[in-house]
Amino acid sequence: MFAVTTIAILVAMMLALGRALLGPTLYDRILAVNTFGTITVLFIAIFGFLTGRPEFLDIALVYALINFITTIAVLKFFEYGDMGRSSLEQQESDI
Amino acid sequence: MLAFLAILGIAIIRLDSLFAAVMLTGIYSLVAACLYIEMDAVDVAFTEAAVGGGIATLLFLSTIALTSNREKSGNQEKSGSQEKPGSKNSLPAFIVVMLTGAVLMFGVSDIPKFGDSSAPAHQYLSDRYINQSPQEIGVPNMVTSVLASYRGYDTMGEVTVIFTAGIAVLMLLGRGFRSNTRRTRVKTDTKSSQGKRSTGE
Repeated sequence: MFAVTTIAILVAMMLALGRALLGPTLYDRILAVNTFGTITVLFIAIFGFLTGRPEFLDIALVYALINFITTIAVLKFFEYGDMGRSSLEQQESDI
Repeated sequence: MLAFLAILGIAIIRLDSLFAAVMLTGIYSLVAACLYIEMDAVDVAFTEAAVGGGIATLLFLSTIALTSNREKSGNQEKSGSQEKPGSKNSLPAFIVVMLTGAVLMFGVSDIPKFGDSSAPAHQYLSDRYINQSPQEIGVPNMVTSVLASYRGYDTMGEVTVIFTAGIAVLMLLGRGFRSNTRRTRVKTDTKSSQGKRSTGE
C-alpha cells in the first residue's frame, strides 16, 4: 500500500522535474518548483509511514512552511522587480 | 534519486537563463533533502531544505535583482563584448576536477558502509559515550558533552571559521554603506557651505 504510493510519488516527481527542465516560460518553472516542494512534503510523510515512524509528519509540516515562504518571495520578486529595497533610506534602515 | 541529481546538475550547467537555473537549484536541494531523509539523517535534510531550498534561493534571486537576468552567451562574446572569457571549455580545469574527484572517491572507499554494525563508531565509541559521559563530563545532555568536550577543539575551529566569515561579510557590506553615507554627507556639506557663501556675498 505505502510502497505503491511511494512509487506514484516518485513518478509525480519525475513529471514535475520534466516540467521544470522543459518549461518554456519562467512561470512554468516557478510552478514546477512549488509542485516539487509539495511532492517533497508528501514524500517525507509517506516515507515516515513506510518505515514505521509517523513522527516524520512534523518535519513534513515545516517543509510545507519553507516551501510557502520561498514561493511567496519568488512571486514578490516578480511583482516588484527587486526585493523591495528601492531607495537609499530603506537600505540604511535595513542595515 | 541520484539520477535526478545528475540530470539536474547537467541541466543547471546547460541553462542560459539564470532565473531558471536558480529555480533548478531549489529543486536540487529538495531532492538532496529527500535523499538525506532516506538515509535517516533528518536533521541534515532539514538544514538542507531550509538553507539550500529557502535562503540560498532567495539570496540568488536578490543577486539577480541587483545585476542582470541573463548569462552572456557565446554568440554575444564572439560579436564583440569580451566580458566572460571562461565560458569556453578548458581542458586543464577538466583534468583538475577529474583528479580531485578521483582522490575523493579513493577516500570514500575507506569509509565503512552505510549501516555497517562493525564500523568503529558502533564498536565501542557509542557505548562509552552513552555509559560514561555523565560521570566524565557532568553534563546531562549527551550531544552537548560530545560537542563541547570530546571534540571541543573541532567545535572551536568551526566557531572561529563562522565568526571570521561573519566579520568578512560585515566588513564588505559596511564599507559600501559607510562610503555611501560619507558621500552624501560631503555633498550636503558642500551645498550648505555654498549656500552660506552665497548668502554672505
